[in-house]
Amino acid sequence: MSDASSSGRTPSHSNILMRAILVYALLGAGLVVALYVASNAADFAMRVHGGIFALAALAALIAVTRRYGSAFQQPALAGTGDDRGYNFAIVKVGTVLSVFWGIVGFLVGVVIAAQLAFPELNLGLPWTTFGRLRPLHTSAVIFAFGGTVLITTSFYVVQRTCQTRLFGDILPWFVFWGYQLVILIAATGYLLGATQSREYAEPEWYTDIWLTIVWVGYLVTFLGTIWKRKEPHIYVANWFYLAFIVTIAMLHIVNNLAVPVSLMSSKSYSLFAGVQDALTQWWYAHNAVGFFLTAGFLAIMYYFIPKRAERPVYSYRLSIVHFWSLIFIYIWAGPHHLHYTALPQWAQTLGMTFSVMLWMPSWGGAINGVMTLSGAWDKLRTDPVLRMMVVSVAFYAMSTFEGPVMSVRAVNALSHYTDWTIGHVHSGALGWVGFVSFGALYCLVPWLWGKKQLYSNRLVEVHFWVATIGIVLYITSMWVAGIMQGLMWRAYNELGFLSFSFIETVEAMEPFYLIRLAGGVLYLLGAFIMAYNLWMTARGPSAAPNPMRAIPQAAE
Amino acid sequence: MNWHKLLERHSMLLVVGILAMVSVGGIVEIAPLFYLESTIEEVDGVRPYSPLELAGRDIYIREGCYTCHSQMIRPLRDEVERYGHYSLAAESMYDHPFQWGSRRIGPDLARVGGKYSDEWHRDHMRDPQSVVPESIMPAYPFLERRELNAGDIAANLTALRMTGVPYTDEMIAAAAEDLVAQADPFGGGAVQDRYPGAVVRDFDGDPTRVTELDAMIAYLQVLGTMVDFGTYVPEDNTR
Repeated sequence: MSDASSSGRTPSHSNILMRAILVYALLGAGLVVALYVASNAADFAMRVHGGIFALAALAALIAVTRRYGSAFQQPALAGTGDDRGYNFAIVKVGTVLSVFWGIVGFLVGVVIAAQLAFPELNLGLPWTTFGRLRPLHTSAVIFAFGGTVLITTSFYVVQRTCQTRLFGDILPWFVFWGYQLVILIAATGYLLGATQSREYAEPEWYTDIWLTIVWVGYLVTFLGTIWKRKEPHIYVANWFYLAFIVTIAMLHIVNNLAVPVSLMSSKSYSLFAGVQDALTQWWYAHNAVGFFLTAGFLAIMYYFIPKRAERPVYSYRLSIVHFWSLIFIYIWAGPHHLHYTALPQWAQTLGMTFSVMLWMPSWGGAINGVMTLSGAWDKLRTDPVLRMMVVSVAFYAMSTFEGPVMSVRAVNALSHYTDWTIGHVHSGALGWVGFVSFGALYCLVPWLWGKKQLYSNRLVEVHFWVATIGIVLYITSMWVAGIMQGLMWRAYNELGFLSFSFIETVEAMEPFYLIRLAGGVLYLLGAFIMAYNLWMTARGPSAAPNPMRAIPQAAE
Repeated sequence: MNWHKLLERHSMLLVVGILAMVSVGGIVEIAPLFYLESTIEEVDGVRPYSPLELAGRDIYIREGCYTCHSQMIRPLRDEVERYGHYSLAAESMYDHPFQWGSRRIGPDLARVGGKYSDEWHRDHMRDPQSVVPESIMPAYPFLERRELNAGDIAANLTALRMTGVPYTDEMIAAAAEDLVAQADPFGGGAVQDRYPGAVVRDFDGDPTRVTELDAMIAYLQVLGTMVDFGTYVPEDNTR
């Protein structure tokens, strides 16, 4: 699949000039709009966000000026050709920021876990209450940590598997920093009270529009790289990345349809109401799990586990079957979040049916990941990074079994509204998403910084055990707490009255909130150990010249 | 699996295939909710929120109350006994966005309206542990200190009308004065003419000004009270 661009294109000076003018015009217009909003906003959040957008536009103007300045001296630098090797600079920045956002997200999680055990930690201030910090935690771990890991690894994997440089010159950087801007706007918005109250889609309307623009750029970057690939086949990891990018775009746009109060106001009202709004939101939220936290991270599994184990993917046929069945079935599962609510029962039943069916494709992926180690099982003893990734797949298998169980109406009658749900989410988030991401980061740093190995495999072992004990404390305490809470709510005494007032069930939760807090602290500690290890690896002595940097010649 | 090679070699076919697969579920499950008439039962009494209630609801959303409180009572024996009649779809038909929630760190609030006095709510918002010692709810002492700044509340009503809430021209024109009048014990009948059943009184105990606490309590006190369940008869075969 070699095309003209793979041989390298060097743009002329006038070509560069045209491009520079276009970019300047866009950034200039953005700056003017942002400044106008900052000075005329109807509320404080909008004013702050106008200011942040303006600063971002200024920073972009400076960066772009420097870029075009050097491009004029060396036109080849502005090309999309492959003579400059892989674009690993962006992957390096992404790796650093992934670690940073991980620690921030886990830290906020520890804070809000502590607030449930010690309510005085809410401090009585608007911007430090649980209600505002909880979205900060969920967005920080899902979108800041998870999203940055996904963009970073996808930019690495698509280059390596297509054996070509990342498409575009400024575009990938726009995608990367534009996404970081989404995070910054969302996070400051929550603290200032700008929220749509849609779980995992809290950012207000203008943030949603900005994310849509960034996401289109992401799709173009990803597809553009695939289009100039030197391999005839698109590797399986890239199918999953594509499904993640395309589906998240669809979910994001539909779920965030809203009418702003005014163009100068951060406040908007959702287009749909009540029952339709509820199903739209949970269709979105469940598939944020399905396509952001599953499909995207399965792509990581499909690249990094075979690479690390030095074995091919276990079954090509299984990857095809489970890919298509997974994406088809996942979309239907949303209504299981609304069992026994005012949602019509036919929709609840459909949601439950497909959720139970979802068990099979999920385990198809898990089996494909774990069995990739066939013939290399011994590496589990010697390579703690590989062990971390394999255990992540085990957690994936566990939580994708638990999920279908909880989606059954009779089980859900007990589990819904309780901490069992929180435990379930965290077995997936800490065990699967967290561990597979850590594994990928442990792989990437030595590769990118040209080191022979990690600074310390022992520290990876320590990270693994500290984090695993943390997860076990977390999920077991939440199982017990959730089931206990559900049973207490429905307990009757011998006279036929409810046994417990609501506040008695709150009181009963305290020991479990403390155990959960301890689990969260351990997990955070593990992330600090990882950060130290990666830092020392990057600073350590370099290996021999890195053969992975040059793009290999096409095989054909 | 030879046919699959085609998809693996043509990225746009792959993208189209993915889009086709992920569209089906949403279309089958969500689209019918907009035209099946049985989705939302016919009930008397559900009306759009008054400006003060709406301002309170916006604060409820701003503070993330939904992260701990649900507003959806399921038709299970213990929930109906604990919280009241199970929630109807009609009761949230003007809720943009819905506030059904997903967690009960605190109790369900779908029918909290009228359960506690305004004084209780005041104390509770100022210092929850003063009325419920074991409570883990954060304190919201700033609500009573802050003058309600609902901006141009008529713009909020107008935006909601664009989404389908039946606010009339008259309601929008009078929005700003209704907002103040509902928190004035002598504010009188005009608000109640426009919003039948709306409670008009000084909610926060400070008659000199309209605070965020006024709006918040006005919203909490209307929750779940619009439908008269003394006369409500569920239709057969709904749900």
